[in-house]
Amino acid sequence: MQRDLAMNLHGLATPAARQRAWRALAVGLAGLGLFALLLILDGKDPLRAYRDTLIYVFGNTYGFSELLVRMTPLLLTSVAVALPSRLGLINVGGEGQFYMGAWLATAGALAVPELPVWLLLPLMTELGFVGGALWALLPGLLRAAKLVNETISTLLLNYVAPLIVSFFIFGPWRSAESSSYPQSPAFTDAARLPSLGSTRIHLGLLYGLVCLALYGWLMSRTRWGLEMRAIGGNAEASVRLGIPVAGYVIAAMAVAGGVAGLAGMGEVSAIQGRLVANLSPGYGYMGFLVAWLAGGSTVGIVVMAFLFAVVSSVGDILQITQGVPYAVVNLLMAIVLFIVLAERGGARR
Amino acid sequence: MNSVPPLLQASGVVKRFGPLLANDVAEFAIGSGEVVALLGENGAGKSTLCKILYGYYRPDAGKFWVVAGQPVTIASPHDARRLGIGMVFQNLSLIPALSIWENVALFLEDLPWAIGPARLRRRMQALAERLRLSADPRLPVGRLSVGDRQKVEILKQLLAGARVLILDEPTKVLAPQECDGLFRTIAELRAEGHGIVYITHKLHEVMICADRVSVMRHGRIVGTLARHDASEATLLGLMFGDPSPADALAPSSRPAATGAMALELDGIASVPEAGATALHDLSLTLRSGEILGVAGVSGNGQRELAELILGLQRARRGAKRLWGEDATHWSPVRIRAAGVASIPEDALASAIVPSLTVRENLALGNGRRYRAGFGLDWRALAADMEGSRARLNFPPLPADARAAVLSGGNQQRLVLTRELAHEPKLVVALYPTRGLDRRSAEALLGLFGKLRAAGVALLLVSEDLDELFALSDRLIVLRDGRIAGTFLPTSFHAEAVGPCMVGTAHAA
Repeated sequence: MQRDLAMNLHGLATPAARQRAWRALAVGLAGLGLFALLLILDGKDPLRAYRDTLIYVFGNTYGFSELLVRMTPLLLTSVAVALPSRLGLINVGGEGQFYMGAWLATAGALAVPELPVWLLLPLMTELGFVGGALWALLPGLLRAAKLVNETISTLLLNYVAPLIVSFFIFGPWRSAESSSYPQSPAFTDAARLPSLGSTRIHLGLLYGLVCLALYGWLMSRTRWGLEMRAIGGNAEASVRLGIPVAGYVIAAMAVAGGVAGLAGMGEVSAIQGRLVANLSPGYGYMGFLVAWLAGGSTVGIVVMAFLFAVVSSVGDILQITQGVPYAVVNLLMAIVLFIVLAERGGARR
Repeated sequence: MNSVPPLLQASGVVKRFGPLLANDVAEFAIGSGEVVALLGENGAGKSTLCKILYGYYRPDAGKFWVVAGQPVTIASPHDARRLGIGMVFQNLSLIPALSIWENVALFLEDLPWAIGPARLRRRMQALAERLRLSADPRLPVGRLSVGDRQKVEILKQLLAGARVLILDEPTKVLAPQECDGLFRTIAELRAEGHGIVYITHKLHEVMICADRVSVMRHGRIVGTLARHDASEATLLGLMFGDPSPADALAPSSRPAATGAMALELDGIASVPEAGATALHDLSLTLRSGEILGVAGVSGNGQRELAELILGLQRARRGAKRLWGEDATHWSPVRIRAAGVASIPEDALASAIVPSLTVRENLALGNGRRYRAGFGLDWRALAADMEGSRARLNFPPLPADARAAVLSGGNQQRLVLTRELAHEPKLVVALYPTRGLDRRSAEALLGLFGKLRAAGVALLLVSEDLDELFALSDRLIVLRDGRIAGTFLPTSFHAEAVGPCMVGTAHAA
């Protein structure tokens, strides 16, 4: 029974869902414990590392605000995974969709920089959505036509999108101001998403929360959500019941990709102010883990996105304080994933 | 009645699935050398009780003893097996690609890490002979008949040391001649001192093989009788709480249907799929107010015929017309919207979403009928479905329970309630009474009669000739994807239709 909880429409009101949230938290803590062992093996001091992290993250408003900054794209990329998952689709392509959203939004910012802010930002938002949506539309179409499994195609497209971005920032969009570093010219002020006070928290956080709320509402309160959950629960019966399964598959993938594209738009517009290579430290993949750990529930996504924001700050801080490469974050995430798998496997017995 | 100490005893067993009280059993016991039948209509809680005894479900409350005075917990099938309790499920749990002995080996607790196939086969041999399982143990299970598969299931349970054997509607999957073999096996196991729990809703099986009969209703055991104290009338009274309804199956003479042409198939050939029977040059007509019966040994193209009509399979050749319009290339959505309802053979697999609630399942497949803003008009939906349920004379279903926890019969009721809610013009029904108890089946067939009177066209695929003879205006027999014979009510005799089904005689 537990394995179907992801399908539970009342989401979070049920005790079972609350129990799952606690379990998820326990999993996170177990992951930190295992990671500590690895740090000890490397001759580092895990207690100091975690203490530094805590002080940095929660000790002052700046650290905490940075958590929200990291959480912003995660909210969007995890909705991009959670939505198709309700139809039984596995979208691993959040990373590629993120890049394509950033790319198309940049195209807008560079093409019409003279537009006023109230026109340019909506345009870039739309372009960001469209870029990601187109990138996910292709796998959606292939899947709906029963040609290619969406897991494979979305994953492979992840490798293509950053190359497209690289082509543009090395080529047509290369900024003249710095010849050594490939990047696009800086955006005009009108192309920058507004931030909150002196922090880097930007309007993208609102995009994320709105998308998440819309996702929760769509799934639990609308007939489209009902039909999508029906497809996820029994695709064969859904076809027989006259639900346009192929249409839903295409639409869900495109919308999901669009949401991931918004994350990319937010990063170029608010954080970087230009298109750069290595724009994402793996937000697309992290979003997949977040959505999966949250089991598709809205509150679960908020909790897990926050947790992953903390995890990725651990990497930053360790890099600064203990000279460990940022890539150890991947190790930490792998550990968390592994423990979750073990825990889920146990729960199924 | 119970001088021997029981092999297995349970008391105070309570099990709820959400709002649904599935079991509230005060006392249940089975002794050595005893066959206890659990009788009850669909959803009475028979399977649930047995799945609790086998450790498949965990009860909310309940005490169990295997040896008197020593309570045990049965937390998993593993525990049950250790305690000598075995269960043969309705849908057998064998792996088709593996051989008989491999399937048995998988189940044995004491399997050494290096399996000696020859030794294991020797160990199986004596038991296989007793069960009259003559197939080579090296044969893959997928190649066996259903009857033989069931024997393999029983064999593996016995070899694993089962003293109590639970059989969940064992005859449901068997052909009539295979049933006799099963009853012989049960008699032998009983003589050897095994205890057998026999789940069924068929009265005559109870009278053949049970020593005691426990009748279940609404999750409770409402009476336990020794067989010689039981009569069909008393058992029916216990099952339903009131006398059985009048026989709805009385055949009547009817004039030939003259309604508008609802469905025409003209020279249809379908694309053969893996494991399916392709249709060949199939032509038929069905008028409004007519019931066309489709007989045949299952697997001769019945499913393909239904899927072709519903637009789920494409025709390779030929044409399909619905109410005179060319519908050969219509989508399933369009066909449904045109007033075609479908009662599939396997509700759970093809008409129900188990993870959704009963209410949500009822809302599916209605097109845009209940659309209200972004959501649905749940109130109107509930009212319509309640009306449909009342017309069908089904007991109410728990609206907020997930469809997965309903019994097989109740899942079928859910589908029927939904499919017949909006006055369909053409109903394609595959084995609609399969899994329903006698009273529900009769009510449903009676309803089909009423639908016909109201001008509905019905395609009724069944393997029950009595049912087909009672209702059909015409009868076709499918064999190897072709129409092997067409019969009118004057020639509705098993002696004529039966040979046509198996292909030993040429029919008119």
